[in-house]
Amino acid sequence: MTAAPVLQVEDLSVRFRTRGGEIAAVSGVSFAVRPGETLAVVGESGSGKSVTSLALMRLLPPGAAVTVTGRVGLRGKDGRMLDVLTLPEPEMRGVRGDAIAMVFQEPMTSLNPVKPVGEQIAEAIRLHRGLDRRAATEEVVRLLDLVGIPAPRQRLASYPHHLSGGMRQRVMIAMALSCEPAVLIADEPTTALDVTIQAQILDLLRRLQERTGMAVVFITHNLGVVAEIADRVMVMYGGRVVEQADVRPLFARPLMPYTVGLLRSVPRLDLAGRRAGPLPAIPGNVPDPLHMPEGCGFHPRCGDHVAGLCDARLPELESAGEARLVRCVRWRELTP
Amino acid sequence: MTERPILEVRDLRKWFPLGSSLFSRHRQQVKAVDGISFSMRRGEILSLVGESGSGKTTVGRTVLRLTAPTSGSITFDGQDITRLSRRQLRPLRRRMQLVFQDPFASLNPRMTVERIVSTPLIIHDEPGGIAARRAKVEAALQLVGLLPHHATRYPHELSGGQRQRVGIARALILRPDFLVADEPVSALDVSIQAQVVNLLLELKDLLGLTILFVAHDLAVVGHISDRIAVMYLGRLVEVAETRVLFARPRHPYTEALLSAAPIPDPTVERQRIILAGDIPSPIDPPPGCAFSTRCRYATEACRAAVPPLREVAPGHLSACIRDDIALQAPRHGALTAPSKETCRCRLRSTGYRVTIACPRPSTSSSSAPASSASAPPTNW
Ligand SMILES: Nc1ncnc2c1ncn2[C@@H]1O[C@H](COP(=O)(O)OP(=O)(O)OP(=O)(O)O)[C@@H](O)[C@H]1O
Ligand SMILES: Nc1ncnc2c1ncn2[C@@H]1O[C@H](COP(=O)(O)OP(=O)(O)OP(=O)(O)O)[C@@H](O)[C@H]1O
Ligand code: SF4
Ligand code: SF4
Ligand SMILES: [Mg+2]
Ligand SMILES: [Mg+2]
Repeated sequence: MTAAPVLQVEDLSVRFRTRGGEIAAVSGVSFAVRPGETLAVVGESGSGKSVTSLALMRLLPPGAAVTVTGRVGLRGKDGRMLDVLTLPEPEMRGVRGDAIAMVFQEPMTSLNPVKPVGEQIAEAIRLHRGLDRRAATEEVVRLLDLVGIPAPRQRLASYPHHLSGGMRQRVMIAMALSCEPAVLIADEPTTALDVTIQAQILDLLRRLQERTGMAVVFITHNLGVVAEIADRVMVMYGGRVVEQADVRPLFARPLMPYTVGLLRSVPRLDLAGRRAGPLPAIPGNVPDPLHMPEGCGFHPRCGDHVAGLCDARLPELESAGEARLVRCVRWRELTP
Repeated sequence: MTERPILEVRDLRKWFPLGSSLFSRHRQQVKAVDGISFSMRRGEILSLVGESGSGKTTVGRTVLRLTAPTSGSITFDGQDITRLSRRQLRPLRRRMQLVFQDPFASLNPRMTVERIVSTPLIIHDEPGGIAARRAKVEAALQLVGLLPHHATRYPHELSGGQRQRVGIARALILRPDFLVADEPVSALDVSIQAQVVNLLLELKDLLGLTILFVAHDLAVVGHISDRIAVMYLGRLVEVAETRVLFARPRHPYTEALLSAAPIPDPTVERQRIILAGDIPSPIDPPPGCAFSTRCRYATEACRAAVPPLREVAPGHLSACIRDDIALQAPRHGALTAPSKETCRCRLRSTGYRVTIACPRPSTSSSSAPASSASAPPTNW
């Protein structure tokens, strides 16, 4: 028996009005995440990963230039399903950092540079958990220790620029975890870090998740990282979901040609030093959001593209077996 | 073994003074590079790997003499270039070029691609008029898989992969024989990264380039390099042929580094060595073996003196005093999906070779390689 989802996204779309024209940054994205589950979101630069996560947090720039439609359901701490997109902002402020929290790709942009890190985390704890100053400070020390920062009490007074990149990222995670969120959204939390530090942080997230049953949405373009931490994977291309599956079937038998191409273009560690010919790169570039190709957005780069079929209309996201979705008109004939 | 190495680096040091107080008596130094030696064969790709701050960029810049070394010597193609003046370096500059990490930041946004790529020609007073210069730019663009019409574009009108190609074209226009490529693919998407890696390998074969390659991504490094040099806190701790290093690392830091590389195969059981803490400060490195603060095999003896880099097997160097430990070879897993089918074909429009994946050779064999027909010929 699987638990009910803590996060349920239905038909989420985000459009931006820009000087060049309207951009459909995210189109009709749906997914659900259950407690203790990690959903990895992969896709090339500009495929809509960050915009999706910002929409979930209601952190997209306000104003008429942005249109968000669809439904985002989030289970609040009291068990009630909240309708995130229609929640009044004051209430949303209480939910953000509490039921749902986010770790951003560049920690420097989300930490206050002129405030000691200890104080920044303590503030979040006091706001959401109503602890007094003393108790909040103790809690900060516990959290910094939890994320593996040595001598945490001495670090309370450090400013963000005193810390290394890996430490800052851990401070960000400590802050995101401070209220024990039901859902953690991590946007490329390890991309800027060394593999050794990345390994520390993935290890940390996994252990925390085991303990707290937190659900994680993990955005990355590193397929190695996906294989390590994901239960499920959602592949995005040009703002749309093109494939969704459990992690093992996805790696064992990718269905959408774009996913196939992505998996093949990663150099294989087991062939290191053997120079087994050129890497099978995907030809071409990421599509221009202002001029999305007609039909399947991947068709100008797809080796299996059939003129008149793939470029005629947008393929449906269809079911391809249990818990699997694929958007390709030819997947049945292409898959052995 | 008789051939003279194209590059020979001996006991190279680059220290940066910290702060600039004239009166402080004990001026602290950042020992970014602290006594390293290596040499490179012509036509070889040697990769430098190591954590952030270990000194990889500083080695690349010092070897190119973009900055003066604190001590040691650099010999390029038989000539000692350690102390050459700017003017003496000029004729050598055209033979040694740098490709930068960030394809966006390294290109002037107000210049067209043509101007960017032709800048080295102007700096080096290449003979020939505008027409000759234009022809050279076009040839360089073609070499990296760009089309003549890209010459009139500005950097923001190109994709990340195309911008990186512009950076490579600029580095190649003077026909150098030695290239330092500092994280040239780190900022690129996986699929584009594969395109640029293929390009560098093809250019190496085509032009006989020697490349000092700096990268974080061990999968990319494993694919592209002939040999790998592992850096830790300004020193080399291991040097070996790529295959040997991946199969049998001999330094505990290499062991940990390789074990940390994420494996794109969800069925592999990991045996990760999690290194505690961060790399120590290069201002005040730990005594003896600098890795001893994080090494799971460290003993008292490790802190007594800096372990020298010594040959542990033919062509395999390691700077660890312990011969009695059996290090773990990394698990790689075999990714199930990829087969290595790719095809080489000519782009009719430009007449040069491209390498593309034919994701499903069985289904697309009847039609001509679909990608060359459908993809814009600007990309490969
Ligand atoms: N504030 C904005 N105004 C206009 N367009 C935007 C805005 N933010 C994002 N976009 C566009 O929306 C699309 C999706 O962007 P998004 O940041 O989600 O990509 P991503 O998948 O996170 O890419 P990356 O891997 O590079 O982080 C892109 O075309 C981007 O240019
Ligand atoms: N101009 C400089 N002045 C002072 N210190 C410097 C200077 N350049 C580099 N350093 C220091 O030297 C050390 C090595 O830096 P370097 O940039 O060579 O490392 P790296 O291995 O290339 O790291 P990364 O992977 O982050 O690019 C670092 O501690 C850095 O702070
Ligand atoms: S719909 Fe056609 S173009 Fe799109 S992925 Fe499938 S085969 Fe390729
Ligand atoms: S010399 Fe000692 S501390 Fe250094 S790597 Fe070897 S075992 Fe570890
Ligand atoms: Mg993003
Ligand atoms: Mg560097």
